[in-house]
Amino acid sequence: MTTESTAHVAHHFDTAEQQQKAATFGMWVFLITEIMMFGGLFTAYIVYRWMYPDAFAEASHHLDTQLGALNTAVLLASSLTMALAVRASQLGEKKQLIRRLLLTIALGSVFLGVKAYEYAHKFEEGLVPGAFFRFDGPHAHHAELFFSLYFGMTGLHAVHMIIGVGILGTLTWMAARNRFSPAYYTPVEIGGLYWHFVDLVWIYLFPLLYLLGRHG
Amino acid sequence: MEAADTREHYLNADYGVKSWLLTTDHKRIGLLYLISITLMFLLGSMFAVLIRLELLTPGGDLVQADTYNRLFTMHGIVMIFFFLVPSIPAVFGNFLVPIMIGARDLAFPRLNLLSWYVFMVGAAFTLWAVITGGVDTGWTFYTPYSTTASHSQVLWTAIGIFITGFSSILTGLNFIVTIHRMRAPGMTWMRLPLFIWAQYATSLIMVLGTPVLAITVFMLFLERVLGLGIFDPALGGDPILFQHLFWFYSHPAVYIMVLPSMGVVSEVITCFARKQIYGYKFVAISSLAIALLGFLVWGHHMFTSTQSVYTALVFSVLSFAVAIPSAVKVFNWTATLYKGAVTFEAPMLFAMGFIGLFTIGGLTGLFLASLGLDVHVHDTYFVVAHFHYIMVGGALMGYLGAVHFWWPKLFGRMYSEWAARVAAVLVFLGFNLTFFPQFVLGYLGMPRRYHVYPEEFQVLNVMSTLGASILGLGYMIPLVYLTWSLSRGPRAGANPWHAAGLEWTTPSPPPTENFETVPVVTEEPYSYPISEAEAV
Repeated sequence: MTTESTAHVAHHFDTAEQQQKAATFGMWVFLITEIMMFGGLFTAYIVYRWMYPDAFAEASHHLDTQLGALNTAVLLASSLTMALAVRASQLGEKKQLIRRLLLTIALGSVFLGVKAYEYAHKFEEGLVPGAFFRFDGPHAHHAELFFSLYFGMTGLHAVHMIIGVGILGTLTWMAARNRFSPAYYTPVEIGGLYWHFVDLVWIYLFPLLYLLGRHG
Repeated sequence: MEAADTREHYLNADYGVKSWLLTTDHKRIGLLYLISITLMFLLGSMFAVLIRLELLTPGGDLVQADTYNRLFTMHGIVMIFFFLVPSIPAVFGNFLVPIMIGARDLAFPRLNLLSWYVFMVGAAFTLWAVITGGVDTGWTFYTPYSTTASHSQVLWTAIGIFITGFSSILTGLNFIVTIHRMRAPGMTWMRLPLFIWAQYATSLIMVLGTPVLAITVFMLFLERVLGLGIFDPALGGDPILFQHLFWFYSHPAVYIMVLPSMGVVSEVITCFARKQIYGYKFVAISSLAIALLGFLVWGHHMFTSTQSVYTALVFSVLSFAVAIPSAVKVFNWTATLYKGAVTFEAPMLFAMGFIGLFTIGGLTGLFLASLGLDVHVHDTYFVVAHFHYIMVGGALMGYLGAVHFWWPKLFGRMYSEWAARVAAVLVFLGFNLTFFPQFVLGYLGMPRRYHVYPEEFQVLNVMSTLGASILGLGYMIPLVYLTWSLSRGPRAGANPWHAAGLEWTTPSPPPTENFETVPVVTEEPYSYPISEAEAV
């Protein structure tokens, strides 16, 4: 019985608690590196928004606020299901855990689907920066900067979403193979941390890209 | 002797290529890095040799401008991203951080192996760029030249640096978590060896700075591939933004390179002065202060890049402030030597060399941080000399000190002390002869990054090239006697230097699990002198 409950403790840790704390702390440090990475793009956004406020306001009118709002709601809901999944793993409720993880995957996929639809639409409108960019008016170059940042920021976010869906899929598979118990659910917990972080990035992206300056 | 032969340790615990390429043992991963970065150092040196040969004469006799641009760029990129940044952390940090705090491994051993593979993939992309013609932008990749004008392999190099950055991030993350969570019983923060404090401060910079470089290089990559305008003034972009983002990482990166060496010097000085470090807390905290202040001074690289006078003034003052924690270290090392029973074994010679050269590098850094003087010497050989004093005279001396100090621990063998002292002296003399004339050249107005120069600068350039030859010899000798020591060197005991620290309480080379029993720390660090009985 004792060997079963400590089987997940790697050789270099003294206790399960030490291992769990190390893993959680590691994820927090990783999330700090993520903040710094997104921070580079946010800095660029702030600089150009400050330089070209009119162009940025005009360009942001080409984004669909309703789809953006829908995606915000979808992501917030997915954060809820993720939090519930962590709770289920703490209580050892395997079926609930799997159900909630799958629900989170589904919501994440809806978000990515909507995003793909938005991207396709931008492509048709000629709003993808590069050789085929089309934008009428005096602000064409500066609007292109806006869309460069739009695709850069939401693109990097989407890549994180895709990785997140992959992590959730792995967690579901592990849960199905009885890898978690109330004594060991660290992967679900730190997977949750990651998922909440990616949600949080969107909470900043949505107002910055879709909403700011629209009433100006 | 024979008993020591048959003892199982991390080197003979397992054999075969697979046991190395799939190892999660932090000590073996450290050795993987040691081999990789030594090869990168040789590659980077090759470029330096060609640069110094070209500068032997005022005309373009060996290479033309375009080739020369590629030579100094590849020299910088290989030496900084693939040798200096990984050097001490990836080799000795990996090897020593767990042992010094009494742990069996880093917190995330598989992540540690992954970081080496990530490093190798990044190195492969960069080598591909070298083979297919190299890059000519300078290691700084300034836009819009790098995005719109350069016809060299910017993309492959950018990918290589982007990828390698993640190796650095993963190493830093691993060290931070390990130092927080894996310390042995009794190993409190104020009992941590100063090498650990230095690694901790370095890791903070790696974790906070490197992601910014990654995203900046990524933007550069997209800009070049898709023709975006983020850094292109013709399209409304701002090339100065690139400089800000680049130096936000690349100035702290200087401290990634030099802080670990400071940690090494603290260990070596106390050992060969047989004295407790003077002002332990100040030396420890000054590492964190350097890491913190290092993030607030990047603008001093941009005094001539349209910065407002007030911005420049603030950056100037903050840059001066970095001198305070740096000087705290130098003064405390000196005070440690005072009335110590000082001996001059090879590691000590490198450490003493570090103190002298780092001090010159640091003081000339103050020249460059002052607004008026910087405008005069900006982009001249004065700058080249200054940062080589920090990065070669400082960081590389520290690295060599570490190699000589912990070599017996790594391999359980002693090298030829006599040859090592000759190498240390040659490196010190060669280094000064190479780079001191460059201060003068820069002050007289010779700009950096040109392959031709007016004839009146030839004498100083010949001196520099001559010094570089001596320096090169100083680097080659250790390759010989260290390799020789692996099979022929006399066996080293657990503690050949009679040094304090947990790493010296375990046999050389250490067993796979580092210690036979988990150590319990009961005393303050650096409780010198170590008695003969303890030293075994």
